[in-house]
Amino acid sequence: MGEVKLIKTLKEIPREELFAPGHRLCAGCGVPQLVRLVLKAVPGPKVVVNATGCLEVATTIFPYTSWGVPWVHVAFENAAAVASGIEAAFKVLERKYGYKRPKVIAFAGDGGTFDIGFQALSGALERGHDLIYICYDNEAYMNTGIQRSGATPRGAHTTTSPAGRVIPGKLERKKNLIEIAVAHGIRYAATMNPAYPVDMYNKLVKAASFQGPTVLHYFTPCPTGWYFDPSRSIEVARLAVQTRIWPLYEYEDGKYRITVPVKEPKPVEEYFKLQGRFRHLLEPENRWLLEEIKREVEENWNRLLKLAQQS
Amino acid sequence: MFAPKSWRDLPLGNVIPLPMTSLSYKTGNWRALRPELHKEKCIKCLMCWVHCPEPAIRRHEDDSVSIDYDFCKGCGICANVCPVHAIEMVMEG
Amino acid sequence: MRGRVIGLNGDRAVAYAVKQAKVDVISAYPITPQTIIVEALAEYVNNGELDAAFIPVESEHTALSAAVGASLAGARVFTATSSQGLALMWEILWIAAGLRTTIVMAMGNRALSPNINIHCSHDDAYAARETGWLQFFAENVQEAYDLTLMAFRISEDCRVLFPSIVNLDGFILTHSVERLNVLDDSDVDAFLPRKEPVNRIDPERPMTYGALDLFDWYMEHKRAQFEALESTRPVIKEIFEEYSELTGRRYTPVKAYNVEGADIVFVALGTAAGTLRHAARELAEQGKKLGVVSLTQYRPFPAEELRKILGEATVVGILDRSISFGSPAPQLFMDIATSMYYAKKRPLLFSVIYGLGGRDFTPQHVFELYKQAENILKTGEPPETSIWVGLREG
Repeated sequence: MGEVKLIKTLKEIPREELFAPGHRLCAGCGVPQLVRLVLKAVPGPKVVVNATGCLEVATTIFPYTSWGVPWVHVAFENAAAVASGIEAAFKVLERKYGYKRPKVIAFAGDGGTFDIGFQALSGALERGHDLIYICYDNEAYMNTGIQRSGATPRGAHTTTSPAGRVIPGKLERKKNLIEIAVAHGIRYAATMNPAYPVDMYNKLVKAASFQGPTVLHYFTPCPTGWYFDPSRSIEVARLAVQTRIWPLYEYEDGKYRITVPVKEPKPVEEYFKLQGRFRHLLEPENRWLLEEIKREVEENWNRLLKLAQQS
Repeated sequence: MFAPKSWRDLPLGNVIPLPMTSLSYKTGNWRALRPELHKEKCIKCLMCWVHCPEPAIRRHEDDSVSIDYDFCKGCGICANVCPVHAIEMVMEG
Repeated sequence: MRGRVIGLNGDRAVAYAVKQAKVDVISAYPITPQTIIVEALAEYVNNGELDAAFIPVESEHTALSAAVGASLAGARVFTATSSQGLALMWEILWIAAGLRTTIVMAMGNRALSPNINIHCSHDDAYAARETGWLQFFAENVQEAYDLTLMAFRISEDCRVLFPSIVNLDGFILTHSVERLNVLDDSDVDAFLPRKEPVNRIDPERPMTYGALDLFDWYMEHKRAQFEALESTRPVIKEIFEEYSELTGRRYTPVKAYNVEGADIVFVALGTAAGTLRHAARELAEQGKKLGVVSLTQYRPFPAEELRKILGEATVVGILDRSISFGSPAPQLFMDIATSMYYAKKRPLLFSVIYGLGGRDFTPQHVFELYKQAENILKTGEPPETSIWVGLREG
């Protein structure tokens, strides 16, 4: 791991924007903040690989592009595969012909990571390519109209897991991306959240300093798919952390660290009542599911506490 | 500026050959609400600058900010995160 | 003769050419009957004989995706596959061609499931015919070696910039050892110099690859690609010529044998052409004339050349080693029938389906087909459905 310069305040974030406005992401979307900070935090020349999804579609409508770095989109399920090819090529081109090797960054949504892109990610991690893989997780296939993914949390309403009279939303659990990544033997993985930009920025700087694959999991508020007023994006994001639903932690060389401790969690109801996709969970007939969800949130938090203590 | 007119002046491999050409696509006409910045209240904390999704908030040399109305979609995040309520959302037009 | 003569099977000959081409990246997933190519290349890399990145991808879809990434980065890239592997990466084929990568792919032609069959059919080659890749067919191990070298040169030519497929019949070529003349490394270096890639990923000149087209630009992008592919024809001929000069082996888009004054001509792709020519020589001993045409260049389809060569024939039998369910005829037949539609004189055409799933195709079959062709010559009425050769009719 190279030299890392961590920050304490927003003022230390570099000014240069390598991501331009004029894209067609929804008002209040949580993705651009991720992209802006990634392109500021990762030093040196960069190339971005993007899976099909909201970010790809809205930022590169021919002939308009919001990207100030080389950017490649091939298909939906292969961001990690294309990134692997670019990384391997540049290593060879550097060795054989003296080309300067850029850092490879892969962006994919939860669809392109947890589901259709899962194989490519697993292969890339196993092969140990030097790349930063970032999943922007808005917890459903948002670009195609809010269908459930393997990252959709329990109880959430989506168009393919609707909160119906008989089945109240998605009943399956959310896959744990960090654990899956860590199981591949990589050295660094972390969760990120836009309401904690300094924490986020520092994790990006750290990830960029590693040689080898790193995986970052970014909480992406989606006003359109979660049904809340766009102005409250950051509020929703902050509550996700403060209710312990989205723990902010990092894994580094075998050690877990909770980077934003939550001593007195807010009740999950506060997070749910802000979003149309969860409001049905506050109905009395769905109380059983709400209680199960709360139990699972606590179990997951305690699991992390234990892992952090043992580190 | 990248402005092809027909199939004959399209670049090889369907690329967009220049960076950040979306700067020609002004999304400012999306908004129904517009943010009004009361500069005297601003404490230059940069919260609005960090969280703006476009970005439609310019950060100046002295860390003061101004709003780029060419691109602001009126989402209201800046007003929501400002710790001193220096930004007010008003009806557009 | 330049270089030396050695014995290699088709797969190893391809791998040998890839090594001499000094590729930068190999991104391939093993599938019978192409596995020997991938294994040989891994051996070359790990023994230090080839300075390249060998990416041990976890599927064919990733193989081609990684190859696209590597090619856009400016590397000389090779991959290989067959049947199911081609089918799995099919989505990416279109993208590899449309983004103008210069990947070279070897295809060990194998039948598509069901049922699973590891032997030779041309299903996979045909499945790629609309995707925008250049396609060549090797008839023997020498051609597999030669065409692989030529493919790199053609694909990377700045007047081409399209990926290429070199087809070689599964098992019949991939696994059969034949003698071939391999060039000296210095000759290959001179034939395949490294050129600074056009349009490569460069942080100093950031570009967006693979944007979204709405209804206002997609059609224009396709027209531009269509014209670009059409304009590769003279370049392919030019490079075929140059290689012919270098080696003394003639390469042309279409090979014609004994066609002058032949009433009956048979057309085939791949190794069957050799069987046809052998049978033609035996028929000649009986005073019967059979012309044989085979295509070295399958895409872009050499329609004009075929119209010239088949223009004087009366009956043309078109052999397809595949089947196109629900179509009026198999694939090569449709290609040729359409081409001949625009000819001044149109021969009678009939379709033959042969060799599916590695079913043997013998000179005896050719004699049977010749009898049928003589019949058509007499009656002037070709059958409207395909003749299946070598099938257990029961």
